[in-house]
Order: sequence, then structure tokens, then C-alpha cells
Amino acid sequence: MSSDSGNFDKARRRFLRGLGMGTAAAVAQPAWGGQTFQDAFADFFQKDYRRMSTEEIEEALERIERKAADRYGVEIDCTNTPPQPGVVFGYAINISRCKGYRDCVQACVKENNLGRDSQVQYIRVLELNQGDFNLEHSDHYYDPETVPVEGKHYLPVQCMQCDDPPCVKACPVEATWMEPDGIVVVDYDWCIGCRYCMAACPYWARHFNWTEPEIPAEEMNTDTHYLGNRPRPRGVVEKCHFCVQRTRKGRQPACMEACPTGSRIFGNLLDPDSEIRYVLANKQVFRLKEELGTEPKFWYFSD
Amino acid sequence: MTVIRFLLDGLREMFRGPREYWMWLGALAAIVAFGAWNYSQQLTHGLVVTGMSDQVSWGFYISNFAFLVGIAAAAVLLVIPAYIFDRKDIKDVVLVGEGMAVAAVTMAIMFVIADLGRPDRLWHMLPFIGRFHWPVSLLAWDVLVLSVYLLLNLAIPFYVLFSHYRGKEPNIRLYFPFVVIAMFWAISIHTVTAFLFSANPARPFWHTSLLGPRFIASAFASGPALIIITLQIVRKVTSYHISQTVIDTLALIMTTALQISLFFVGVELFTDFYNEGAHAASIHYLFFGLGGFASLRTWIWLALILNLIAVVILMIHPMRRKTLFLNIACVLTFIGIWIEKGMGLVIPGFIPTPLGEIFEYMPTSVELGVAAGIWAFGILVFTLLAKAVIAIRQGKVRQAPHDPHYTL
Repeated sequence: MSSDSGNFDKARRRFLRGLGMGTAAAVAQPAWGGQTFQDAFADFFQKDYRRMSTEEIEEALERIERKAADRYGVEIDCTNTPPQPGVVFGYAINISRCKGYRDCVQACVKENNLGRDSQVQYIRVLELNQGDFNLEHSDHYYDPETVPVEGKHYLPVQCMQCDDPPCVKACPVEATWMEPDGIVVVDYDWCIGCRYCMAACPYWARHFNWTEPEIPAEEMNTDTHYLGNRPRPRGVVEKCHFCVQRTRKGRQPACMEACPTGSRIFGNLLDPDSEIRYVLANKQVFRLKEELGTEPKFWYFSD
Repeated sequence: MTVIRFLLDGLREMFRGPREYWMWLGALAAIVAFGAWNYSQQLTHGLVVTGMSDQVSWGFYISNFAFLVGIAAAAVLLVIPAYIFDRKDIKDVVLVGEGMAVAAVTMAIMFVIADLGRPDRLWHMLPFIGRFHWPVSLLAWDVLVLSVYLLLNLAIPFYVLFSHYRGKEPNIRLYFPFVVIAMFWAISIHTVTAFLFSANPARPFWHTSLLGPRFIASAFASGPALIIITLQIVRKVTSYHISQTVIDTLALIMTTALQISLFFVGVELFTDFYNEGAHAASIHYLFFGLGGFASLRTWIWLALILNLIAVVILMIHPMRRKTLFLNIACVLTFIGIWIEKGMGLVIPGFIPTPLGEIFEYMPTSVELGVAAGIWAFGILVFTLLAKAVIAIRQGKVRQAPHDPHYTL
């Protein structure tokens, strides 16, 4: 049902886009940061995601696609796939399997259109000495010939999608919130860039666009989501969103798909038959900084 | 309308003065322009022109913000004796103090705006039109208390001065309730600003219930320090009478506050270092460096030494009563607290990061330029306000007797 209506929306939007482009070209000069005056005006007064009507969201998606075409020369498809009912996502990582290859990091960068020059990465893999779990002793930039290095172990860290997220409480304009499927998202068009959420996050999961993110056109992932991997503007905060553009369509997050060791397990916490529920029921799991009470939906375990 | 005449006369007075006055205004305006140019660089290229990073995501701007909220709050130290204890000598200068509060809040707000990645979206904070995340977000609280404090410090002096302008005594019953509100509000602005930091378990360095009291104590040292210096300058450049008893009272308050402030610093040091855990990493970085990085070490020791010298001067009564020594103590306290509560508080909160990475921060020339511009703007605002306030208090600016509205 949802894919049907999605196709219809897409067709309708393509049609509208045709109209919009036509009028825009005829009426206005592209002097507004490469945008037409209408687009710049609509962008400025765009409401926050949760208060936009369906039509307004459609128009916003249109503008996002036009902007990407203008800025990167790429035809992207920006969707608004809603959360599926009865789904709350969770993640678990088998740290005895992780070998520190960082394939997850690279896959995430590509999948989520992260700024290449700004080198933003949603995932950090920490290298620690065997027998040491003090994060302050970790190496964030380990660079040996080959991994794994003898005597080291590896700890991938990313947004824990806390169930009581301190970043959401911190935001003065409600530009970040938890979706019904448990994903903490950011409305990049509503964020004012105060970075209070970054100060509030105990996992260093939030990243700021200090500069305009640069993405080579040929590397752009054109399958995007409003709350996910669409190209971000400068001056706003972003973070891991469990690949919302994939996972809401039943696909795995890119980091899990890329992991060559099978350390990563992602799934629906509300489904008793899911693999993640099996892990939670049968493995010794722990959460990072659990004592802070943020209730991460991200667990670690070992064989 | 008399109000409009009052405002026009006030404005005219602000821009009337000898050549030296104009040179002073001109110099400040030049620095403001320099700051504006630097800010335009930041707007063009983004916050990448600052020294901030994902690791240290707040820097010089927020440091100055935290410090200036304290200066603004310190105006209450004139408001309480003036209005509650009815000290006539302090009543003469309380309006100058409130002018300083207005300037300090203005600067604080400007520093926050300078720090924003998207200042064009500031309207998202407006209630109803935008989404104001109050009462959950501490930053929303801070915006609220600072705005109201600014209004209170504009409204009360406005009423008092308007009465003087019309040659009347202000009706104490009318504005006293607002004075009481302003008193509590002054404490609230700095407490909320402390909570902004201490509310974050993610940052152990800030996450201490002592932060609120520390903020108030240090503000009540740095605020009077600035007021004492400023009042002496006002006394020198104008014919306005400022009683020495005002300065004596402020010096005494400052002495006590600085003692308490230093005691709090000692308490923090003991608690963190006696059994040094991971919790102490940031303070270790601040005072001794961590993993070979120590860019704040010199600064924090300097701050500590300045404050210690100041407190010794202040505690020896004969020394404190000598203007020269008092002034030295004021300058040392002001600089010391500025370092301690500014960079010394904000930056170590980010070092190491919650994932244990050590990444240092150094403000860039753009940040320093913008900050200089904001400070100059604040001083300019204060100069203009003080100029008008003093002229009206002295009766130099008042309603013309032939004004037909005079009897109203």
C-alpha cells in the first residue's frame, strides 16, 4: 500500500516539478544563492517538519530535489517514507567479532552523503588495548598496515538512539526528536545551529556542518529521505539516523550490510522473532554509559 | 507626546559632548565596524572560519556569553541596597548599574547569535510562530530569562528617568514590585546559565551542583570590580557626584564574593583530585594538561594567581581603602574571572570528548575580531545610556516648562 502511494506521489511530484521549473525559469533570475526567489522565500518560511501539511512536505521535497540538482548537478529522489507501525529499531554489535576494518564507516559515508572534505563520519571505531575499556585510552585514528592488530580490540560507536535522548531535551527549537520507530532525527531545515545538542550527547554522536558539505556528483546517493541522507545545508547539526531511507523500506542499514564479519545485528525490538531480540534474550549484553540513564537502544555483546 | 519628547531629548543628549567624547564614540564605532567585517567573513564562509570543531563545539563566543551574564546579574548588588535598604548614595548610581546590565545582556545575546550556525533561522525560537522548546530546553530558559531581564532593566530606569524628566519624584509604589522581580530575576539569569552547563551528565566537568553557586559568587566579584572602575571613570569625566561610600560598599561585597569564589574553586579541586577518576580528566587537562596537550594550563594558573593577589589586596583593609590598590584588585579580579568562567569553564568541558579524544581549541582571528566588536558595541551602548542617565539625573535634560503637556 505504502509503495503504491509512494509511486503516485512521485509521479505527481515529477509533474509538479515540471511546472515549477517552467515558471521559475520564466519569472525569476537565479540570484538567491542559486535558487529562484520563490524557492528561497518558501525555504525561509518553511515550517518545521512535524507541523507541515502533506502538501507542504511535498513542496519541501520538491525544493530539496531542485536544490540538489542546482548544487551538485544530480537528480536525487527525496522521499518521506513514514515509520512503520509496530516497529522500534534497535542495534547490537558483537565486539568479539569486530576486527576494526571500518568498512561500516566507509559505507555510511557513501550511503548517507556525508561531506567528503569535512570528513564527517557517523561511526567511530575505537581501538583499545586488550583488557582495557577506558575510552580515554582509545585510539580514534589507528592506521596500521593491517587490522586487527595483535593485542587490540575494537569498539564501534555511533548514535545510540537513546530512548530518553538528552540531545532532544537540549534543543531550544524542537528541531530534533524521536520518531515513533525510535529513531532520533534532525530537521535540517529547522535547526538553528546552536550546537547545544552536541554538548548534551554523551556519545559524541552529533556532528556539525562547519562548512558546506562537498559531495562529488558521481558519488551522490540519490535515494534520499527528508529526515535522513538528503544533502544537508551548512550550519546545521546531523547524526546517524539508522539509515532511515533504507530501514523504513525493510532494508538493512548500510553499516550492517557492509560489515564483513557479521558483527552487526539490527532489527525490530517489538518483533519477538527478530535476531536482535534473540541477542538480547540469549547473550550477555551491555550498553555504553548506561549509568547516565539515557536508555540507549544500542547494545554490545561478545561471544 | 511627552514620552516622545523625552526620548528625543535623551537621544540628543547621547550625541552631544566635547571633542574627547566624540573621539571615544568614534573609536568604539571603529572597533564595532571591524567586528562587523569579521562577522561578515563568518557569514560568508560559515563557522569553519572559527577554531571550533565537532570535538570542541563551543568556544570563545559562549565563553564570553557565560561571563557577561554574570556581569549583567551583578547590577542587583546596586539594586538591593538602593531600593530595599534605601541607601541614598547608591540610589544615585543605581541607574548607571542598570545601564551596565542592559549593555551586558545585549552583549551576551549578541555572543549567542554570533555562535549560531543559522542566525537566519532565529525566528524559529519565537513562541507560536516558531517552536520554543520551553520549559524542557535549558537554552530556551536562558533566552526567556535574558529577554525578560533586559526588559526589566530598560523599563524600571525608563520610568524613573521619565519622572525626573518631568520634574517629579517617581512613585515608589508603582515600580517597587518590578524592582523586587528584577532582584530575583538577576539571580535567575546566572543560575539558569549555570544550569545550561551543569544539566549535562555527558560533560562531567560541568555536571556539578556547585556550578550554580560558583557562577553567582564569581559574578559578584567580577561585577563589582567592573562597576567600581566604571564609577571612577564616570566621576572623572563628568561632574556627576558619586559618593566614596558606594565604592566602599562594592569593594566589601567584592571581597566577600571573591573569597567564596576561590573557596569554591578549592572545593572543586579537592573533590576531583583526591581520588582522581575519569571524572577528573577535564580538570586535569585544564590545570596540568592531558596527553601532552595543555593550551589552557598557563591561562588557568594565571587566573588563579590574579584572583589570589586580588583577594589578598582586598582582605587587607588599609590596602583596599587605597584607590590605587583597589583598582589593581578590580582589574586583576575582572581578568581572572573572565579567564576562569570563560575559556576556563567552557573549553575543558569538551576535552576530552565523551569518547575520550583529546582535541584542542584555539580561537581564530575572526572569533577575536567578532568578540572585540561585540565588546565595543556593549561599551558604546553603556556610554550612550550613562550619558543620558546622568544628564537627566542632573536636571540638564528636562521637560521645558512652557510645554503645554507639563501639567499632565
